[in-house]
Amino acid sequence: MKIPGPGEEFLNETGAIARFTGSFVRETVSPRYEIKEFIRQCYLIGYKSLPLIGLTGFIMGLVLTMQLRPTMISYGVEAKLPAMVSLSIVREIGPVISALIFAGKIGSSIGAQLGSMRVTEQIDAMDVSGTNPMKFLVVTRVLAATLMLPILSILSDTISLYGSFLGVNIRSHMSVHLFINQVFSILNFTDILPSIIKTFFFGFAIGIVGCYKGYYSKNGTEGVGHSANSAVVLSSVIVFILDLLAVQITDLLGYN
Amino acid sequence: MDIVSAKYQNTAYQTGEPVITISKLKKQFGKNKVLDEFDLTLHKGESIVVLGRSGAGKSVLIKCVIGLMQADSGIIDVLGKDITTFNHHELDKMRMRVGFLFQSNALYDSMTIRENLEFPMRRHLTNISAKESEERIIEALTNVGLAHTVDMMPAELSGGMQKRIALARTLILKPEIILYDEPTTGLDPITGKEISTLIVEIQEKYQTSSIIISHDMKCVKTTADRVAVLLNGKCHAIDTYDMLEKSEDTLVKQFFE
Repeated sequence: MKIPGPGEEFLNETGAIARFTGSFVRETVSPRYEIKEFIRQCYLIGYKSLPLIGLTGFIMGLVLTMQLRPTMISYGVEAKLPAMVSLSIVREIGPVISALIFAGKIGSSIGAQLGSMRVTEQIDAMDVSGTNPMKFLVVTRVLAATLMLPILSILSDTISLYGSFLGVNIRSHMSVHLFINQVFSILNFTDILPSIIKTFFFGFAIGIVGCYKGYYSKNGTEGVGHSANSAVVLSSVIVFILDLLAVQITDLLGYN
Repeated sequence: MDIVSAKYQNTAYQTGEPVITISKLKKQFGKNKVLDEFDLTLHKGESIVVLGRSGAGKSVLIKCVIGLMQADSGIIDVLGKDITTFNHHELDKMRMRVGFLFQSNALYDSMTIRENLEFPMRRHLTNISAKESEERIIEALTNVGLAHTVDMMPAELSGGMQKRIALARTLILKPEIILYDEPTTGLDPITGKEISTLIVEIQEKYQTSSIIISHDMKCVKTTADRVAVLLNGKCHAIDTYDMLEKSEDTLVKQFFE
């Protein structure tokens, strides 16, 4: 049976990403381990992304609170505003927005960096130098992305809640103590844990797609731009698909 | 081979043992046969320039020799072992003895010159001290006349300087064979001449054997002990520069006109 053009391309791409992921797993478990480069990537991917993700988190918390406030007042449940906002942020908006910002910043950066290294033969030079580029470039970046996004997401959620606290206090007064009480009266373990777990998958997807697109970049500088762009687009789509799956799974487990 | 002559510029190479023997090498991309039963023998201390038109498969040839590309069939005997059967670990060991200078220099642009030169040593020379490592770096940079650039970034250097640094990185492991992929491409004639002279100096100093890919005839004349003409995937002719220059073969003549 002949598969139509776009369908064949999609299946080929999916197969290639699956093979690439297989190589990643093999290289991750086999020695030698590039610890120093992994730590460097954690710094670049994690620490350097914190200001952007923190700022978007803060604005998200503030804006969401200000937008929800009139509606909550009209229903006479203004006091529940912190609980409502925190639930939205922790369960859904925080992890997804952080992942999308992360895909835009880190996915494109990894795609462009590896793409540029590919077209300027730096990856081949690494291979000739006796360093496995898959291990040195891909494993370190994917692991760093997988580990850093959950941390960034937790920090972003915390900063969002601070933004929400300021949002509440723009028009009325609420003490920090009361705000925290309100937040943790509704948030529990089954809200926080699934949202943290899914960010590991988001981080992994962003890392692997960015590396795959960059590693197999071709057609010179135009190809590098295309790698960076398609890394962001594909990883953003995958984030939404994974989020959908995560919601279904938590629903099946009775956590929603 | 249509033209074969036993006359070498340096007759010592006649008795030198073969360090690379390529026989019946085949490589094709789709329906495009790039290498079709290609044969070549490089002797110890010898420098062979492979001449051919753009897209003739010159770079593919040396990438097959270093193991960056897999040959479809044929034998590539490097320092007494057929590398076509090598696994990654065996290739790594072989690459310690065979250096490769990339056409685009391939310097790691996120690293300083020192880190670029340290990079091959981190895997191959794990037991050397920091002092010894530093000495090797300075020696390699001094050989190419750029010891003062050790803490600079590649982007701060000119194209010719980057080429020299790339050559220093190739030399850091003191390889027995060096493969040069178009070493003078993209350089002005003066810098190109300097690089060609440097290649000859390095060969004399370290007694390396070389395969040089080029279509810069000045570089070919300066560096070649023998010139191999790659046409239609085969070694169409191989001889000294002077002999090929006098060749009546129309296909060979077009390179020298």
